[in-house]
Amino acid sequence: MNQPRDYDSIPGTYVYDAERGRVGYALNMFCMSLNKVENRRSFKENPSAYLDRFALNSEQRRTVLERDWLGMLKVGGNIYYTIKIAFCDGLTFQDVAGMMSGVSKDAYARMMLAGGRSPEGNRYKNAADAPGPTAASQEPDRG
Amino acid sequence: MAKIVAGIACSHVPAIGIAMDRGTTGTPYWEPLFRGYTPARDWLAKLAPDVAIVVYNDHANAFSLEIVPTFLIGVADKFPIADEGFGPRPVPTVLGSPKLAWHLAESLILDEFDMTIANEMPVDHGLTVPLSVTCGQPAQWPFPVIPICVNVVQYPPPTGARCFKLGSAIRRAVEKFDQDVKVVIYGTGGMSHQLQGERAGLINRQFDTAFLDGLTKDPLALTRIAHTEYMREAGSEGIELVMWHVMRGALDDKVTEVYRHYHVPASNTAAGLLILENRSPA
Repeated sequence: MNQPRDYDSIPGTYVYDAERGRVGYALNMFCMSLNKVENRRSFKENPSAYLDRFALNSEQRRTVLERDWLGMLKVGGNIYYTIKIAFCDGLTFQDVAGMMSGVSKDAYARMMLAGGRSPEGNRYKNAADAPGPTAASQEPDRG
Repeated sequence: MAKIVAGIACSHVPAIGIAMDRGTTGTPYWEPLFRGYTPARDWLAKLAPDVAIVVYNDHANAFSLEIVPTFLIGVADKFPIADEGFGPRPVPTVLGSPKLAWHLAESLILDEFDMTIANEMPVDHGLTVPLSVTCGQPAQWPFPVIPICVNVVQYPPPTGARCFKLGSAIRRAVEKFDQDVKVVIYGTGGMSHQLQGERAGLINRQFDTAFLDGLTKDPLALTRIAHTEYMREAGSEGIELVMWHVMRGALDDKVTEVYRHYHVPASNTAAGLLILENRSPA
């Protein structure tokens, strides 16, 4: 359970595994509640009071109230759940993806139109972990 | 005897459904993607299957983290359209095929696939987008559907090899059904995409192309791709491709690729569509 996982070497990726499932349950179940229209209304009217219904810890609460999309993933959020907060705000998956990767909406959209983020240089956190000579080349992200 | 005659692999990007629902498929952004769907629609209309088995994943709509079924079969006579957080899609209710579905549930469990059985379940874009892609916007869907859900949201999903074997078991079960029913099977999700983290937007055309090629030529080799390789090469959500193996496992060893369409981007995703026909006579 606490063994390092081979997917931990993938950069910029938060695999929703057993550990995150254990930590993130309440946060994600709050997100799930937003599938109901009346709950979306209550959350929009008074976010803080609505969150009191769920057992979020203070950092999880902060990430929701500040719409810290990347932060949510770090405290156990699952993207299929946290995206429901974004839908509530009228945002799209692509809006949130841009924010998580730290670029403007336009820059992100341009990157996607140009074929997306290349896997080259984006496979391993540390180039030294990559097997073989070819995968070790670290190019900067496109876009 | 019932028979699976063909398989359809199809991405289920929610934005594709939204573009159809809002009537924006003719825009410069969407037109190249949708143009490529026309031949698939024509092929499917001509085939006129009696039932479709649709292998897909729910995205926190029918199920939450409260209960996470790894493999599930829907046996209801109808499946309402889920509200995914912005109202249900304006598409027809999906009708089920309870007799065949119950037969599959029984056969699969006795064949050592421990399916969860759902008598009531809304269906989300994972199921409805592939129907929209391949059937357009009819007033009623042209055939009933048996939904089979695979967990890919809570890590780990079942392995590709296990998914392929489930497909083979589905085929055996269908062939034991004592009515003449022409069945198509959909494997949905993928292709390369990552929706989360700083690496969001990852697309790997090379991986996707090899996957599309391999599905016809050497599907067993593809079943050996490990989860970490999917996530590293095809993005964290590219792991949905395990569901394509269920479809492939339900077909003949030798299949004919009838049609292929691949387009980047559909929102954050590489959208793939592949049609495979069994070579054995129907």
